[in-house]
Amino acid sequence: MTTRIQSEAFDVGVEVEAFTAAQAGAGAVVSFTGIVRDVAGGLRWMELEHYPGMTEAAAEAMRQEALTRFSLTGALVIHRYGRLPPGAPIMMVATAAPHRGDAFAAAEFLMDWLKSRAPFWKKEVTETGESWVDATDADEEALGRWS
Amino acid sequence: MNVRYFAWLRERIGAASEEIETGAPTVGALVDELRARGEGHASAFADTRALRVAVDQQLASFDAPLAGVREVAFFPPMTGG
Repeated sequence: MTTRIQSEAFDVGVEVEAFTAAQAGAGAVVSFTGIVRDVAGGLRWMELEHYPGMTEAAAEAMRQEALTRFSLTGALVIHRYGRLPPGAPIMMVATAAPHRGDAFAAAEFLMDWLKSRAPFWKKEVTETGESWVDATDADEEALGRWS
Repeated sequence: MNVRYFAWLRERIGAASEEIETGAPTVGALVDELRARGEGHASAFADTRALRVAVDQQLASFDAPLAGVREVAFFPPMTGG
């Protein structure tokens, strides 16, 4: 599957290698990995909630849109949910294209959409308590460049 | 109709989902009914500008019609990636 929503960890190297091997006619592969970051210090873990069913459909629709908009040979989306410790990979996208411009642009497109339109919600659990991460205006504005 | 809540809405309401008997014609009318169910609901729906809604698992607006709809979900803006 080229869209995967899972609680299990994934190995970025293994995924990129398998993705690359499956591309015919690609001259460029771009990958992005999002990692749990301890912004304020004292983060014990990040809890990612999602909307089973809608998450898979929304992420796959974004991947299909990327394949339509850009000249790609393939695209991969992996996004985790559940309890993730600092430093853990949360998600990755990989895109492959004949030329690097499309691969870079498609990876950014997928990231911008996944951040603000895939039904995931992050909660930070720290030494002192827990709080939901707020969406930012910058994330919302990032979508504007693709309209 | 199955109504689902996520993230801080779920916590504030104290339930992940509820079966609701409603004749509300739109999402907005449903929100007015839900607000009347208790303090948690009223607090969760105090400012709908801070909320998003999905109708049968598709993002929708608060004036979306509910005829034939099986599932409505409310949640804060997403924070994936």
